[in-house]
Amino acid sequence: MASPAIELRGVTKRFATPNGGIYTALHDLTMEVGPGEFCAVVGPTGCGKSTTLALISGLERASAGEVAVMGQRVEGIPDGIGYVFQTDAVFPWKTVLENVAAGPRYRGAPGGDARARAREWITRVGLAGFEDRYPHQLSGGMRKRVGLAQSLINGPRILLMDEPFSALDVQTRTLMENELLSLWSSTSASVVFVTHDLEEAIALADRVVLLTAGPGTVKGTFEVDLPRPRNVAEIRFQPRFAQIYEAIWNQLRDEVLVSYERQKHAAAV
Amino acid sequence: MSVRSTLPPSSVSTQGGAPPFSSADVRRQDGAPLGPIGATPQTQGIDADLLARRSRSARRRRLTIYVLRLAFAVLWLGSWELTTRLNWVDPFFVGQPSGVMVRLWTWISEGTALGPLWLQAAVTMEEAVLGFLVGSALGVVLGILLGRIELIAEVLSPFIKGANAIPRVVLGSLFAIMFGLSVWGKASTAVVLVFFVVFFNAFQGVREVDRNLIANARILGANNRRLTTEIIIPSAMSWILASLHISFGLAIVGAVVGELFGATAGLGQLIYNAGHTFDVNGVFAGMFVLAVLALIAEGLITALENRLIKWRPSRVSGEIPI
Repeated sequence: MASPAIELRGVTKRFATPNGGIYTALHDLTMEVGPGEFCAVVGPTGCGKSTTLALISGLERASAGEVAVMGQRVEGIPDGIGYVFQTDAVFPWKTVLENVAAGPRYRGAPGGDARARAREWITRVGLAGFEDRYPHQLSGGMRKRVGLAQSLINGPRILLMDEPFSALDVQTRTLMENELLSLWSSTSASVVFVTHDLEEAIALADRVVLLTAGPGTVKGTFEVDLPRPRNVAEIRFQPRFAQIYEAIWNQLRDEVLVSYERQKHAAAV
Repeated sequence: MSVRSTLPPSSVSTQGGAPPFSSADVRRQDGAPLGPIGATPQTQGIDADLLARRSRSARRRRLTIYVLRLAFAVLWLGSWELTTRLNWVDPFFVGQPSGVMVRLWTWISEGTALGPLWLQAAVTMEEAVLGFLVGSALGVVLGILLGRIELIAEVLSPFIKGANAIPRVVLGSLFAIMFGLSVWGKASTAVVLVFFVVFFNAFQGVREVDRNLIANARILGANNRRLTTEIIIPSAMSWILASLHISFGLAIVGAVVGELFGATAGLGQLIYNAGHTFDVNGVFAGMFVLAVLALIAEGLITALENRLIKWRPSRVSGEIPI
């Protein structure tokens, strides 16, 4: 395997809680993502999946351990990173066109150039004709498309996605997953896709990394040797899909139970 | 004022209540345009009938509201006029609507004791507008600055809270000494009243910016300056504009109070004079002019607000508001 695009070595992340305690989100986490690889991260609620992305993106710093992107230690936001957030992060006061053109403009492209590229990407994510709408005038799925175009226009070598489709209805979700795969296949970006949905993880990824209940650390890594191109809606019917699902679920189940017991305990206190 | 609630349904929908895109824009996967949901030739007649009935009932409702408002005004002013006419209440102390109208007309046709009425209104508005502009500019700039730089905010917060706690109108006497009879004596009083309202809103607006949006902008490559101008300020704008509604009223209060501490012209001075000559109708007439001016200013600010935050989903929902 070529040198990894993303490397996390023995990473621990702690947060100070408001009542003076310390909360450990990640403990001694080690994982790698290869160039051009689609890696899904699954785990029970509160296992530090989103924290992992925040560390890779440089939005948060590791309390201990090392995070490297493209062989460079992460200090601040690395070049070539794209981030699709769980909740809507498109700018509500900008039109679709201005939203998508934001990245190139912030990176110094002249306005006309940025807008021309934005139009191209708006067409690629299937929003042609909606350039002048404001986000509140779009459906949830359309806003996600804006978010995708906003990230992809910068040509990221690493795309971080934090449960991007969890708020969408099932049909829109499948549609978006297929579009994501086709957009991704035309780039050479590595993807880290965080989700709590195991089916989504297997359908999309080359590799699934399973985290333990918090503090999160890697419980297991599973290769997904399903052929590409895939159709997310239909790949679930393949026997191999079920085998992989069962293998991961056997391990995930225990972590989900641990997480659930803890939540019950926390609620009872 | 319930301006929004009395808008006819047609103008409500142009404000943003209309479907954000017409049905022709929404296309199925195969490219065929979608019609109205569930519409078939059989149901179209029923739909048209329902719509017509709905607009009829909305019109009736609006009419009822106007009639009831008129009735309320007649009842209020009529009982005031009647009780004073019959001398149940002494008009010397409470004034009389007809007397107020007569006083207003004299002011308009013959001028006031201080000169023409429009001049008094212009003087007061100049003071109020100056105070409003300076006060809100200072409030916005300092609010955003302190909202962005935590250290300054923590250092200054006890001083700002302390300054906010004092009854600031008394500063008017100080400004009267500092600036004499010039316009700045009154405008300064307006400034100190306006500043704090706008400042606290701008500060809070900056603090409430969605963390996700900031993270997204930083990932997309925004530097600190871009972050402030393109994310923080637009996001805080709703808060700031909301404070401007209140603060123009306060600017007028500041100007009028400032005039009490020393002035040769202005509506405040006019009211002050009327009070000193036991002219209750004159006081009411002055108040009426001030109210009209404040309402006009309020309308202008609302227009500005609608222009500046046209991206915001309209508060008017698809259903006709009550």
